[in-house]
Amino acid sequence: MIGTGILKGLAETARNFFLSYVSKDRLTTVQYPEQRLPQIEAARNFPFLVYDGAEWDAGMRCVACQICEKECPPKCIFIEKSKDKKPDAVGKPQFYPARFDIDISVCMSCQICVEVCPFDAIKMDVEFDLPTDDRFAGLMLDRHKLSKSNEYYHEIHPTEATAVDTALDAERAKAAAAKAAAAAPKPASPAATAASAASTPKPTEGESK
Amino acid sequence: MDLATIQSELEVSVPGCRLQIVDNPSPCVQHSLVVDAEHAVLVATYLQDFLHFDYCSNVTGVDWLPKELSEKIKVKKTVDGPNGPEEKEVDEVRKTSVPGYLEVVYHLFSTTDRTGPLPLRMRTAGREVGGEATLLPSLTPVWRSCEFQEREVYDLFGIHFEGHPDLRRLLMWDEFTDHPMRRDYVDPDDYEYEPTAHDEVLARMRQHYSTQPGPAFGDLPQGGGQ
Amino acid sequence: MSTITLPTPPVLNPPASLEASASENPERLLELSLGPQHPSTHGVFRMNVVLDGERVVRLKPVFGYLHRNHEKIAENETYLGNMPYTDRLDYICSLTNNWAYALAVEKLAGIPVPERAEYLRVITAELTRLLNHAALVGFLLQDMGASGTPLMYAFREREKILDLFEALTGARMMCNYMRFGGCRVDAPAGWLDQARKVVADFPKFLDEFEKLLVSNEILMERTQGVGVLSRELAISSAISGPMARASGLNYDIRKVDCYGIYPRFSFRVPLGSHGDVYDRYMIRILEMRESLKILEQALRDIPEGPILDPKSKPRGFRPKPGECYGRIEAPKGELGFYLISDGSPNPYRYRVRPPSLINLTVLEDLCLGHNVADVVVILGSVDIVLGEVDR
Repeated sequence: MIGTGILKGLAETARNFFLSYVSKDRLTTVQYPEQRLPQIEAARNFPFLVYDGAEWDAGMRCVACQICEKECPPKCIFIEKSKDKKPDAVGKPQFYPARFDIDISVCMSCQICVEVCPFDAIKMDVEFDLPTDDRFAGLMLDRHKLSKSNEYYHEIHPTEATAVDTALDAERAKAAAAKAAAAAPKPASPAATAASAASTPKPTEGESK
Repeated sequence: MDLATIQSELEVSVPGCRLQIVDNPSPCVQHSLVVDAEHAVLVATYLQDFLHFDYCSNVTGVDWLPKELSEKIKVKKTVDGPNGPEEKEVDEVRKTSVPGYLEVVYHLFSTTDRTGPLPLRMRTAGREVGGEATLLPSLTPVWRSCEFQEREVYDLFGIHFEGHPDLRRLLMWDEFTDHPMRRDYVDPDDYEYEPTAHDEVLARMRQHYSTQPGPAFGDLPQGGGQ
Repeated sequence: MSTITLPTPPVLNPPASLEASASENPERLLELSLGPQHPSTHGVFRMNVVLDGERVVRLKPVFGYLHRNHEKIAENETYLGNMPYTDRLDYICSLTNNWAYALAVEKLAGIPVPERAEYLRVITAELTRLLNHAALVGFLLQDMGASGTPLMYAFREREKILDLFEALTGARMMCNYMRFGGCRVDAPAGWLDQARKVVADFPKFLDEFEKLLVSNEILMERTQGVGVLSRELAISSAISGPMARASGLNYDIRKVDCYGIYPRFSFRVPLGSHGDVYDRYMIRILEMRESLKILEQALRDIPEGPILDPKSKPRGFRPKPGECYGRIEAPKGELGFYLISDGSPNPYRYRVRPPSLINLTVLEDLCLGHNVADVVVILGSVDIVLGEVDR
């Protein structure tokens, strides 16, 4: 009989409709914005600058090495180095960015800036709710708007943030040990001299390529 | 079948053709065969009918700008020495200028023998737009897949293909005059005002707009910072 | 010595009956521009059709509306900086674009890839193939007037795969995941199990989809015998992918080039015999089933290990001078990258061989003599994405 194929199809659609009352799998609509989907941990949207501690200005990890600016494919990062230095995450005096702007109307969320940053200073945010009525200045985020705390980073990407913190703590410990060994009085025995020479670390985070 | 065998077979079957193998230093070992423009269609037909290269997968253009090579060579010259004129070996810098040309590269495959890419190249005599120098024969009569791709090479590089059934621009609009993929292409100066301009875009903006933008864009970076 | 007969250049002639009726009464002919803003042309794509009543007498595709000169941008960016731009070529299948580019660069510079990275590449590529074919089948049915229901079922399944991609790469669409020498990050904890679950549930959707549509009379009337592509024309026009295999050309780059670790997986290559729209549609459903087979094998056998070649670093990549053409079997066809390096951090020439553009070469041949309504269906079966056609 002509039309059996269509009837079979309609039977499938009807089955889907009635089953959607019982099976969660078939009722996939999420009533946004009252309901929201849980955030997937690895999601990324635009970058943000991480700061340690309570002060965003003093605790910023960025040392204005400008590597992210060079590697950014659409060239949406604009950095200006400061004239003075302040101590960085490990305690070494470093430059800091006097101006760090990201034009998010250009940024394509490729995450290359995060990959190349040697200081774990820039990470990817998940904030997508960024409406503004000024399509030029409203989409140019300056360093104050970009700075978010390390606790916020732990909230949005817990696994990554814990790994970064572990690595930074290890570096801080190494730097502190080096300082302690350098401050210790000169030992008499050659074995102790050899031991202190071995524990002097090679300069690590201070070097920017 | 390796490239040298193909070359010798072609030289026998298409008398008068001038072929040249270009070595490819990369580990992927895809050496190319350069064919002269006069015999290109005959060579291509032979490759298709007798060597089973029936699948012309990719047609692309390459722009080689004219360059100047300088090399240091040792020349014997007569120089004034302490004991009068004598022959000495001196270092001299010899400059050779290599004229620029455009190239069309065809990547050929065989569906029957399942053999890999055979890059076939054709070189133009020069780079002048619209003249005799950028004329090449079209291989569309041999492989239909060259139809759109040769149009694209014409559009973006300026190589004119003789014998193409419908040679007009593909990606740019018909009234466009330049050829964008050439290495010496300069963007037209059709600048649009952009208030959040930085660095070179800001410099170009300042060339076009002598007055500063109004108070709505007050926090335009002026080269200082926050 | 074998004699060479020069080929005659192709001349497109509409069938004699049409030509006759059209020439008697030239005022009968109507020139219509389908697109560039049209809900069924899969992007900003325009076709200038000349119609005699409802029959197509001539068809000239016009595109370039999405031309962003990706190849020129690539000449001014580093090799790594070009990776996010490859996402935006065929924007539905970003991971296969990434793989094709990474493969071309790895062949150019001779970079080895660790085993776990190869498995992750195969898994993501086959998931992308599922995404693409599901979307295509949904859109094809939408174009035929099924007003959205099968499309939404297909998108419901796609959501599960897109969630997997978001968990792995960070983004649903612009993944930027492959690197030269492997992948960017390893699969997070629980990802492989989630992937196994998605792969296990997918056949149920395919069965439902087939029941919904395969014997549907409207579908069969509208697609069987429509847009027939002969095998000889497919070879001559370098048609690749499911469109070529629907015409009987047994050429799957996964089996021919044996790139990556595909030789380890057992899967079949579905072939069509008629080359019409129905064959192209069914081939895609069958390919989805073969992809599921590959996925099951890959998810079962994936080893532990590093995911990136230890010698690779994110900055300062300068391959030695040379050139390379690398290609993969993307869901739409043969996606190839031709790179010429001159030793600097930027490529000298970067060319994308777009399967969608090359598959469009024969659009006029397929549509002549059919009705205007069939043109939309034929275009849907060619499977184009304008990001790739125009670059």
